[in-house]
Amino acid sequence: MTEVLTNSCLQLVLLLLVAPLFSGMTKTLKARLQTRRGPGVLQSYRDIFKLLHKGMVIPETASWIFSAAPYMVFATAVLVGLMVPMTTSHAPLSLFGGVLAVVYLLALGRFFLALGGLDTGSSFGGLGSSREMTISAIAEPAMMLAIFTVALGANSTNLSEMAKIAVTQSWRFLAPSQMLAFAALFIVLIAETGRIPVDNPATHLELTMIHEAMVLEYSGPYLALLEWGASIKQLVLMTLLVNTFFPFGLSSDWTAQTVGLGLVFYLGKLLLLACLVVLIETTNAKLRLFRVPELLMVAFILGALALISTFLF
Amino acid sequence: MNMLSLGAGFALSVAAYLIGAFASLACWRKPALARRICCSAALAGAALGGLTSVLGILRGTQVTWSVPSGIPLFAYSFSYDALAGFFNLALVIPVAAVSIYSFGYLKEFEGKRNVGVFGFLFHLLLLSLTIVFTAANAFLFLIAWEVMALAAYGLVTFYHEDGETRRAGLLYIIMAHIDAGCLLLGFALLIHASGSAEFASFRPIATQLSNGQQTAAFVLFFLGFGIKAGVIPFHIWLPAAHPVAPSNISALLSGIVIKTGVYGMTRIFLDSLGGVPSWAGLLVLIVGVVSAVLGVLYALMEHDLKRLLAYHSIENIGIILMGLGAALIFRVAGHPTLAAVALVAAMFHTLNHAIFKCLLFLGAGSVLHSTGTRNMEEMGGLICPMPVTAFCFLIGAVAISGLPPLNGFVSEWLTYQSLLAGFGAISGLTRILFPLAGSMLALTGALAAACFVKAFAITFLALPRAAKSRDAHEAPRTMLIGMGWLTLACAALGLGATWFLPVFDAMTEQLLGQRVATHLVTGHGLVLSAGMPTSGTVSTAVIAVGLLVLMLAAVPVVAIGVRRFGRKRGPVWDCGLPGLSEENEYTATAFSKALRMIFSVLYKPRREIQAVFDVSPYFPKEIRFESEIEPTFEKRLYAPLQEFIFRVSSRMRTIQAGSIHAYLAYIFVTLVLLLLFGVCK
Repeated sequence: MTEVLTNSCLQLVLLLLVAPLFSGMTKTLKARLQTRRGPGVLQSYRDIFKLLHKGMVIPETASWIFSAAPYMVFATAVLVGLMVPMTTSHAPLSLFGGVLAVVYLLALGRFFLALGGLDTGSSFGGLGSSREMTISAIAEPAMMLAIFTVALGANSTNLSEMAKIAVTQSWRFLAPSQMLAFAALFIVLIAETGRIPVDNPATHLELTMIHEAMVLEYSGPYLALLEWGASIKQLVLMTLLVNTFFPFGLSSDWTAQTVGLGLVFYLGKLLLLACLVVLIETTNAKLRLFRVPELLMVAFILGALALISTFLF
Repeated sequence: MNMLSLGAGFALSVAAYLIGAFASLACWRKPALARRICCSAALAGAALGGLTSVLGILRGTQVTWSVPSGIPLFAYSFSYDALAGFFNLALVIPVAAVSIYSFGYLKEFEGKRNVGVFGFLFHLLLLSLTIVFTAANAFLFLIAWEVMALAAYGLVTFYHEDGETRRAGLLYIIMAHIDAGCLLLGFALLIHASGSAEFASFRPIATQLSNGQQTAAFVLFFLGFGIKAGVIPFHIWLPAAHPVAPSNISALLSGIVIKTGVYGMTRIFLDSLGGVPSWAGLLVLIVGVVSAVLGVLYALMEHDLKRLLAYHSIENIGIILMGLGAALIFRVAGHPTLAAVALVAAMFHTLNHAIFKCLLFLGAGSVLHSTGTRNMEEMGGLICPMPVTAFCFLIGAVAISGLPPLNGFVSEWLTYQSLLAGFGAISGLTRILFPLAGSMLALTGALAAACFVKAFAITFLALPRAAKSRDAHEAPRTMLIGMGWLTLACAALGLGATWFLPVFDAMTEQLLGQRVATHLVTGHGLVLSAGMPTSGTVSTAVIAVGLLVLMLAAVPVVAIGVRRFGRKRGPVWDCGLPGLSEENEYTATAFSKALRMIFSVLYKPRREIQAVFDVSPYFPKEIRFESEIEPTFEKRLYAPLQEFIFRVSSRMRTIQAGSIHAYLAYIFVTLVLLLLFGVCK
């Protein structure tokens, strides 16, 4: 019982505190790759702190949906985070929701965020909501196929079960099906977290905005919740990717040593993945909106190939 | 004792519908009285029917009554088993809501339309539905089926002064008769083989049918029930007929009448025929996938609120058929437990869809009642004048999008799990179809979420787009109670899914010989599991509590800044222009533009822009915009078919020369042929 409690607390703290660190880190890394100095690693914390200590302006046209959306986005992101194994192979809430619940809870957050974007009556909000729902809809089948490939290998959609199986065969990622599924899920990760080449998190040019357009009317603490939620969601998806495919260092028992080692491994893996994301972000240009479906189609085909190759190998 | 009370409950609910039908017809001169009689009789019938079905489900074993009629092959046989009880439950929950809702809704008919006739047809529909679900004789079933189609036709064309309504009604009645014809032939085949029209007599002979007979029976019943359920490509009547009916009727049509198709397939394929060949199960699964994906894609392009909902019915029938198809395949492959899980998924989704689709149609009805339009482009901002309707519609929208923690999520989750289990259970290459079907279910779910973001936001959020929506008002209290009841049901079936699952036990035992509810529930009754020890688990109750706790935890965090600086209301960012108006808002057409471009292969969109300008094309005085998508099935499948029928009929006309001698010759030739036929036999 105490183990479960400590595990939950540790994971909650990790989620809430590490998530902004990684969004800050990607910004810094990106700047360095582009030979800029860029903001410090801690900039995201400062942003959230500052936003939380400000007042807010709510559009005259908005209803309670506008105010409900940030809470929903934040709550779904944190709840999903508790279902994904981070440092140990046992996630605190894994019994209460597997990978399907993760995908659908994130969809619930997105549903309300898109409503919040449309609630203002501003064209930007509508534009962002429309694009976000469209891209996520086409990303979904690819994501599910890739996840199914892993789930069918583990015989479970439960993330802890999947991690436990993965730990016992930690070189499984070399199997073609796993590599293809990883590639598919990586593309989906880029689309879902709104990074180049799908969306540009740094842009404020209306023609290219997706996520930023939806949250354009949010300010102060609500914006802080949304940004925090977005960074948690990004962390969760990255965790999902690194821990299902590369389960190195996931501790299966509960001693200070293994947990500490697990933490170090976990942060290291995340850093590597962040580097990969940043590398792609720096070396690619943002795609035109109507080229994005082609990219996601590639992900879908990779997922289908992954599934088919489970027959062969 | 139990059998007696079951029979009494059933008879009383049928009697309530009968009394309701004739009493409201008798009082047609006093509309207020007719309305009260109609609604209270329906409510009483639903309450009694609900009690009966709960008893029937708890009892679990079959109860039959049969009264011989004196006509060969025909008898008044009823059988109240677990399947009938379950579908009656799926019937009475929406009917209870609709009858409360109608207390308020029918008020606008008074003085304008004949409430008595409405009540008569309404009760006839409920009566025939009850009998369809309980009939145990093929002819009784067909009669009830036909009465249902006719009553529904009368209700669909209730606003008959409108040409669109009459056309939709005609299409509906033609399709309803094609499906009745298919069923008649299918039953004729079974009756020919067994020598009796009782459903019970089909079971023993099902195994003796030849391959050809089995195929023919499957195709005929699948066509017949598929047309009624509105599966693609037989769906064209559904988005035409459901929106034009009065909204409380649309709710029933989409909520439960199309489910008679699902009932028929379950009854015939799983019960009477005792399973179908595996190719047939695969066909059901594939038709389900196609209906789900295309249904939601067409829904996305609609800006008529009720048509949009009607297309979503096609989508959800598709999801139900995915589960049913999987159950049929597993049954043949010898995995009764998996088949039972898949059947539970399909039946749970049937009930869930009955509830949330009914809720959404009633919500759309309130909007229509208040604004007088079905066109979403003229709505907007209705959440202010109609907060309760908006809330109920929102819950329905979340539920139908399959989002946790509501009921749609639970049944879709079970469908996913049974599809995934199919990959391990079925051998051969066809098993790759299961995860692919799962990914298409994911696409469907995500597109449905996009569609309901559009439906809710364009209807209820931001600023009103037309005067009609500006002076909208909340619906009367009875209408809100009707919707509230279904909203509660959505939440209860979602959060309490694990407590509800034992309801399916009797049905799966009857059809597949397996009780699975205990396998599906673990973790002190809180956690839903997929039946296998290692497969996934989920708990909607814990998710709901978790969401609530985390949202409450975020409140003090937000309060840090708000306490110091407060929250101000301000204008929306307008890029420095002089204020934004409703004309700058995103519309339903604009929202779905991105998907229209991406799936342009399917939609073949056409648009036309005409700008009128004086000086420069950059400053148009007036712009006319027209956009439409190609109705593929109507144009590519039904139009050529219709043309072919017309061509053949005009050829046939030449034999009708109008000369009595020719006709006498025809009669003579026919007689000779018949005699020859008789002699040869």
